[in-house]
Amino acid sequence: MGQIHLEKVRKAFGEAVIIPELDLQIEDGEFVVFVGPSGCGKSTLLRLIAGLEDVTGGQIVIDGQDATELPPAKRGLAMVFQSYALYPHMSVRKNIAFPLKMAGMDQAEINRRVDYAAKTLNLDNYIDRRPAQLSGGQRQRVAIGRAIVREPAAFLFDEPLSNLDAALRVGMRLEISELHQRLKTTMVYVTHDQVEAMTMADKIVVLRAGHIEQVGSPLELYSAPRNTFVAGFIGSPKMNQLGGAEAARYNAETIGIRPEHLRLSTTEGTWKGTVKVSEHLGSDTFLHVESPVHDEPLTVRADGEFPVHAGDVVYLTPEEDKIHRFDAKGLAIR
Amino acid sequence: MARRVTKGRKIVTTVLAWFVGLVIFFPILWTFLTSFKTELQAISIPPVFVAFDWTLENYRTIQSQSNYLHFMLNSVYLSLGSTALGLIFAIPAAWAMAFSPTKRTKDVLLWMLSTKMLPAVGVLIPIYLLFVRFGLLDSRLGLIVVLFLINLPIIVWMLYTYFKEIPGEILEAARMDGAGLAKEITQVLAPMAVPGIASTILLNVILSWNEAFWTLNLTTSNAAPLTAFIASFSSPQGNFYAKLSAASMLAIAPILIVGWFSQKQLVRGLTFGAVK
Repeated sequence: MGQIHLEKVRKAFGEAVIIPELDLQIEDGEFVVFVGPSGCGKSTLLRLIAGLEDVTGGQIVIDGQDATELPPAKRGLAMVFQSYALYPHMSVRKNIAFPLKMAGMDQAEINRRVDYAAKTLNLDNYIDRRPAQLSGGQRQRVAIGRAIVREPAAFLFDEPLSNLDAALRVGMRLEISELHQRLKTTMVYVTHDQVEAMTMADKIVVLRAGHIEQVGSPLELYSAPRNTFVAGFIGSPKMNQLGGAEAARYNAETIGIRPEHLRLSTTEGTWKGTVKVSEHLGSDTFLHVESPVHDEPLTVRADGEFPVHAGDVVYLTPEEDKIHRFDAKGLAIR
Repeated sequence: MARRVTKGRKIVTTVLAWFVGLVIFFPILWTFLTSFKTELQAISIPPVFVAFDWTLENYRTIQSQSNYLHFMLNSVYLSLGSTALGLIFAIPAAWAMAFSPTKRTKDVLLWMLSTKMLPAVGVLIPIYLLFVRFGLLDSRLGLIVVLFLINLPIIVWMLYTYFKEIPGEILEAARMDGAGLAKEITQVLAPMAVPGIASTILLNVILSWNEAFWTLNLTTSNAAPLTAFIASFSSPQGNFYAKLSAASMLAIAPILIVGWFSQKQLVRGLTFGAVK
C-alpha cells in the first residue's frame, strides 16, 4: 500500500508562506513527479510528506491513517536525497543495513536483504567500500539500496539525479523507471527538469508559488495545458506564445504553438521571418526566427538535415488544430 | 597574480619562524635545565646554560617532601571529569544550534563566549561563599563543576563549528531510516564528528589541567591538583628555583606527552572551519 492524501496542507516559515493551501491525492503504485521552477515549494512539499518539516495546517493521510503528527521514521516512507546523504563512516553494507538495524531486525534477515539489494543494484563488488571510494552513480545506487531494503509504503526522491553528469543521469533515470515497474511501489519524485518529469511520471504535478497549476499525465499536460504557465513549462523547447493581432484572429488573448507544430518552408507560409540562430542537434534542428508577428524570436523544430543558415528568409505555418488558445487570465479556452 | 616565493624570502621566513618558536619554547627549556641544577647554580649570574653538574637531587627532594601522585591523580580526575561533564551538556547544545538554528543562535553563542571575558576574580567571592555554604571547599566534585562551567562555552563553540560542517541531510536520512534522537546523535553524528570531539576533549583536558586560579583558591590539600603542587614550592622563605623548576616539570610532563602525540589533532581542531 502507498496512498498519500494531502488535505488543505499549509506551510509557512514565519511570515513567508511557502504553500498557501493544497490538496493532492497520490494513489497506490503511482509514479508522481512534482515539477516547477526553483522556489515553487516542491521540495518543501516532499519534506512535509516525509515528516522532515511540520505542516502549519491541514492533514497528511498515509494509507488511511493520519500521519500529520507522526515522526519521519513512523511514516513507513523511504527517501533518497539529492546529496545521497550516505553515512560516510559506514561501509556500503552498513549503509544499506542501517534502516533494518534501526528497525531491530535480526542479523540473518538483514544480511539476506542487503545482499539481495546489492545484487539488484550491481553493488556486490563495492559492498565493503566506504562512500568516499565510490563514484556519483554508485553512491546514488547505495542511497536507493538503503531505501528499497525497508520495503517502504512509498519512495520519496528529492532531485536525486541533479548531481550526476548528463550521460549517467539518463542511465539512472531508466533504472529508477525500471525499479518502479518491478516494485510497483508508490514513488514521489521532485525535479525541476521537465524531461525527467515527462519521461518517468504516471502523473505530473506542476507547481508554482506553492499552488498546483495542473495535475495530469505527461501527455495531458503536453496536449492540453490548463494555462500559459503550464504551457510554457512543459515541452522543450518552450511553446511559442503570441499575443496581439495574431491571437485576436483566434478570439484569444494569447495563442500558443509548439515548435514542432510549425510547418517550415522556404517559399510560402503564414508568417514570414528571418533565421536568427540555427541549432543543429543532428536529429533535429531548432531555428530561432525573427518575425514581425512577435517581439521575441519564434522557435521552430525542423529536420536534422534542413538546409538553413542564419540570415535566411523562411515561412512558418502553424498547424491549426494544434493551436492553444488562452484568455486574458492566461487560462486555456476549450 | 600569485606571490612569488624567492629563495631569499624563504630563508628569512624560516629563520624568523625558528626564532619565534625558540622564544616561545625558551621558558620551558630553561625550566627543564634549571630543574637539573643545584639551587646555587639556578640563581648564579651569569647564568649557566648546559655546563653545570647535572643532578637529580631536586626531583628526589620533591618526592620526599610531598606526594606527587596524589596531586597528579587529582589533576587527572578534575580535567577528565570536567571534560566529560562538558561533553554531556555541550553535544546536545551544539547539535541544536548547528542543525536547528534560529535568528538568535549567533547571539546565544556570542553571549556564551562573553562569559569568558569576565575576570574570574570578579566572581571569586560569590563562588567561594557558595562553596562554603554547600561544603564543597577542597572537594573534587566542586572543582569539577567549576572547571566544567568555565570551559563549557569553549566546548560548545568548538563542537558547534564541527557540527556545522556535517551536512544536515545525513541526519535527516538517519531520521527517515528510523533513528530516534539518541541514535541519531550516538550512531551518526558522533562517529562523523570523532576528530572534532577528540580535539575538543584534548583542548579541554589541557585547559583544565593548566587552570590555576580556581584550583588554587578553592582547594587546600584533599582536592589539590598539580597547580597547587607547584605553588607549594614557592615558599615564604624565598624561592628555591631549582626545586620549583623540578616541580613544574613534573606537573607539565603528563600533558606535554599527551599533547606531543596528539598535536596533529589539536592543530586541526583549532583551525577547523577557519578555511573552507
